[in-house]
Amino acid sequence: MLANAEPVVSLQGIVRHFGRFAALRGVTAEFPAPTRATTSRPADPATGRLVLILGENGAGKSTLLRIMAGLLKPTRGSVSMLGATDLREVASRVGYMGHAPLLYDELTALENLRYFAGLYGINDDARCRAAIRLVGLDPELKRGVGQYSQGMRQRISLARAIVHDPELLLLDEPFSNVDVQSAREMARLLGNMRADGKTIFVVTHQPAVLGEVVDESLLLSAGVLAARERGLPEYLKFPFMQRGHYPDKDREQDQNQNSQNQSKDQDKGDDGVCPASLEGGER
Amino acid sequence: MTVMAVARRTLAKDLRLEWRAKDAVNSMLFFALLVVVIFSFSFDPTAEESRRIAGGLVWVAFLFAAVVALNQTWARELRNQVLDAYRVSPAPAVSLFLAKAVGNFILVSVLEALMTPLFIVFYNLRSVGPVYQLLLIAVLGTWALVVNGTFFAALSIRTRSREIMLPLILFPISIPALLAMVDGTTSVLTGETSPRFWIQLLAVYDLVFTTVCLALFDTVINAE
Amino acid sequence: MKRFFPFFVLVMLALLSYAFYQAMFVAPTEATMGDVQRIFYYHLPHAWVAFLLFFTNFLASIWYLVRRTERADALALASAEVGVVFCTVVLVTGPLWARPVWGIWWTWDARLTSTLVLWLIYVSYLVLRRFATGAQTQVLAAALAIFGFVDVPIVYLSIRYFRTQHPQPVIAGGEGSGLDPRMWTAVLWNLAGFLSFALLLIWLRYRLALAENAVEEAHADRALGSETEMQTIKPECRGSAPERDSAPKVGE
Repeated sequence: MLANAEPVVSLQGIVRHFGRFAALRGVTAEFPAPTRATTSRPADPATGRLVLILGENGAGKSTLLRIMAGLLKPTRGSVSMLGATDLREVASRVGYMGHAPLLYDELTALENLRYFAGLYGINDDARCRAAIRLVGLDPELKRGVGQYSQGMRQRISLARAIVHDPELLLLDEPFSNVDVQSAREMARLLGNMRADGKTIFVVTHQPAVLGEVVDESLLLSAGVLAARERGLPEYLKFPFMQRGHYPDKDREQDQNQNSQNQSKDQDKGDDGVCPASLEGGER
Repeated sequence: MTVMAVARRTLAKDLRLEWRAKDAVNSMLFFALLVVVIFSFSFDPTAEESRRIAGGLVWVAFLFAAVVALNQTWARELRNQVLDAYRVSPAPAVSLFLAKAVGNFILVSVLEALMTPLFIVFYNLRSVGPVYQLLLIAVLGTWALVVNGTFFAALSIRTRSREIMLPLILFPISIPALLAMVDGTTSVLTGETSPRFWIQLLAVYDLVFTTVCLALFDTVINAE
Repeated sequence: MKRFFPFFVLVMLALLSYAFYQAMFVAPTEATMGDVQRIFYYHLPHAWVAFLLFFTNFLASIWYLVRRTERADALALASAEVGVVFCTVVLVTGPLWARPVWGIWWTWDARLTSTLVLWLIYVSYLVLRRFATGAQTQVLAAALAIFGFVDVPIVYLSIRYFRTQHPQPVIAGGEGSGLDPRMWTAVLWNLAGFLSFALLLIWLRYRLALAENAVEEAHADRALGSETEMQTIKPECRGSAPERDSAPKVGE
């Protein structure tokens, strides 16, 4: 475990270029370690933290997550995860779920898990089975994972990410293209893990799925950290993605703007949501 | 987990995948067969001549088959971005390389084992020199192709025009090994000279490049 | 350094001119081959310079993998490119010499063949640099460069042995085949001249590579830029360009 003072994740001035495209332009944030009651009752559970990472396409969310997972190195700036700057050291305590399934299509769920668990030094079959059951699926299924529905595949991908019981979870769009049932299962599971003292970062376009268990939201916009808020961001109280506009911290200004826009719309005889135009492309 | 344990696990996984996705292996086998047949059409040698040219023909055919196999094995890691899952785990990169290289070696050896009898039949080959030397050259030579091939295939997954990239960067560096394989095989078949120098050269080549591959693989697979 | 550039150019030109004079006028005419043999004074020095440049590429690549500095990579690229050029000259002068003397364009002469393989290896290096995408180009290229250079002694060994098995006419003298001392002088002067030429070319290419990198950096830095350039997404409807908002810098 970390010394109490050390943050579980520390990002300092993260800059990442892909050629001429600046995907991240100086992201700085720190996340304190999970609190543990310092009383004489060790049975008190630590409370974890669940952080949402939101932003429009191309804002740099996946890039940031990959840097945190150690898959990318920042062009400038420093990352420290679980107190270590060399992320290979703490790899066994971090779980990553990518945008793609990160599974072998031709292997069954159990075979996939057995292999990946093996990479973490876990040779216990029961644990793999338990992880599959935890995400609400049947470990005995003999079909190759490639034949699963998207929701099932995402769930197995999550199982793969948690089979080694990591302290820190990094999830990239776990709910994309997933049916309601699967999404609810996963959200419930994430909530439980948070209650267990894990720190979870979720990049998603569907923040409402996680609802109550969200501790913090980070808003990335064009490579910069635009806002950091407690709980779900305010705009979710309004219709989702109102005209592609992500409000800044000053909520009053935002509310004023909304009423202004509405009156402008009426004047213009507006035709609905305008697509946002973005610099660079999505990576 | 130790380096070798992870490598063994990964190799087992790869072999299982290879077996499940049988069509990939089958198409490779068929490709190898085609190569042998087409080469046979281009030459119609007497027994004496055939012993002289067989070395070159056989190894060029093996080379083509090897390139097809090499491109295949990394392609699987890119589908669904599975390579990411390996990279975030604490498993050492060297194990991945060993597993892939040995897996490729097995695959290419199977292809060679299929193609060789066909060559023998089509060219009425009979070796004048001892067969064990041919086997030695085959093993050392295949490893020479496979070890660099696996490394360069990993290099080329991060490039455009991936399929053409592999032979482009593999062939020039493999020239001394190819020379050794071809000339060594010819000298054994014709029985005219001793292949001893070539076998030694292949051994040195294998040693040197296996070391370089193991040393540099971690850097290359994590370059992004 | 930049101030001395014209001086270096003059020195280089002087060396090359004197070397030309040596090669064409001072060195004696070869007994059997006649004046055609004078191409040797270009063939051999270029081979040596090319080898030296590839060795530089090897060192620079190792330095790059260890330190990851832009300058190491720029030097690696420059030395490889100029090396390939010099290699090409060797491959062209070889046949040009062989044809009038022996009546054949190509012979699997040890030096010529090794140079061909070297050329292939470093051209593949340049191709990789062209085709790799993104930041990893430099790392991948450095790895390949190490492979390539480690291969060089093995290439020479194998080709030399191959030649003893399958003897071929020898193109180049200079392998202890009794050169007149005045011929050696010509070789050495040309070596000096072309070496300085190569160094100058490398220097120019190196600075060019650094400048190109600086331009890329500047573009990226500009995007990083000031707070006022930060773009919040507030699209205007009806086809006008999105407004760049001068929003106050928000939370970091």
